[in-house]
Amino acid sequence: MIPRPFEYHAPKTLPEAIALLNEYGEGAKLLAGGHSLLPMMKLRFAEPAHLIDLGKLTELKGIREAGGEIRIGAMTTENELIWSELLQTKCPLIVEGARQISDPQVRYRGTLGGDLSHGDPGNDHPALMIALDASFVLTGEQGERVVPADSFFVGTYTTLLEPGEIMTEIRIPTPAAGTGYCYAKLKRKTGDFATAAAAVTLRIGAAGVSDVRIALTNVAETAIRAIDAEQYLRGKPLDEPAIAETARLAMAACAPVADLRGDAEYKRAMAGEMTRRALTTAYARAAH
Amino acid sequence: MSKKIMVSFKLNGKETDVVVEPRELLIHTLREKCLQTGPHIGCETSHCGACTVDFDGMSVKSCTMLTVQAEGADVLTVEGLAQGGELHALQEGFMQEHGLQCGFCTPGMLMRAYRLLQENPEPSEEDIRYWMAGNLCRCTGYQNIVKAVQYAARKLRGEAVETSHPLMTADTH
Repeated sequence: MIPRPFEYHAPKTLPEAIALLNEYGEGAKLLAGGHSLLPMMKLRFAEPAHLIDLGKLTELKGIREAGGEIRIGAMTTENELIWSELLQTKCPLIVEGARQISDPQVRYRGTLGGDLSHGDPGNDHPALMIALDASFVLTGEQGERVVPADSFFVGTYTTLLEPGEIMTEIRIPTPAAGTGYCYAKLKRKTGDFATAAAAVTLRIGAAGVSDVRIALTNVAETAIRAIDAEQYLRGKPLDEPAIAETARLAMAACAPVADLRGDAEYKRAMAGEMTRRALTTAYARAAH
Repeated sequence: MSKKIMVSFKLNGKETDVVVEPRELLIHTLREKCLQTGPHIGCETSHCGACTVDFDGMSVKSCTMLTVQAEGADVLTVEGLAQGGELHALQEGFMQEHGLQCGFCTPGMLMRAYRLLQENPEPSEEDIRYWMAGNLCRCTGYQNIVKAVQYAARKLRGEAVETSHPLMTADTH
């Protein structure tokens, strides 16, 4: 319950935050919503000497559309995602996903950028962002670089973020009207991390599925994209045998870790089942 | 030992200054320095919501916030809910509908429901269960908490309220 002592910094601008991050180096941690970091500090899994609170950086908040993309500030909270009319209309997958994350109190504080930067395979946004073909803006002393969600997650709690960098914005190509979507999440109870979950976006053309992206939560050391499953399904009608084979290929991509949520075999089977459900719902929601 | 910091915020309408170590959690400041011991601690993994307070228009779990983050904030705890000695509709609802037993989760439940009813004055039963999911209760089984929130919602909308467990009415005498 009691974190180790640390020094607290509340920069008012992004350059100030980056300067502090460089000054204190390895001993510093960025504080966003604080709903992953503080729990780890309370259990002494994390013992940073300096916390750099991004809470005053209003420039990292907000949801807007620009240049065919939806751009979301990294400090935008889950609750703000859920109530965004722009997202409800143009990118409802994020809303459906965010509604399944944790609980109301946590969603008032936890941020999109924090959920992604944490690199926990149990978090939901990594798979959602892969399914949406998002990219992330990482800002450091040298300026910005933009990396795709698809390659951002390197390992458990490990991402492409370099020391001295802050994720500042999430960019999502505005989904074409009629894009089908679903986030199917199996969990033991409200607020729990997924036993397995599947995020799907797809479009239907004359010959069947013209485009599809499938990403899986908590069934490997990072969120994963089920590339073989996508490749198999592209250009095919979404009938029962095609769904079954796609789910089988998604299962083959999994490498789950056994824990209290189940053994590897169960989690792999549930990843297949969540893929089947997400595909079925996304298909029903897509324009035909 | 890290340097102590003075933090100023509004607590139940009153300007409050505290001096804390950066690592001090808001729940500990509220309970130990401000002596508002209604908010409780039921876990150390941010699940139970017994520490819920209203913070700048948000329901937050005060065990998962640092007091230093409260600089300039407007904080309301259960102690600030009744006005002029008169119970808030939610407090009355929890009493009338038997929405508490041991009372340990109740301050957090009340503060969460307080924000919920401002955001959604007419919640369905499903809405109440979904938007109160960050608060655990060991005693009630939640049924009567749902009724208590519905009671308060009706009262706050200016509608006639009737308890689902009438204690004693004039014609039963």
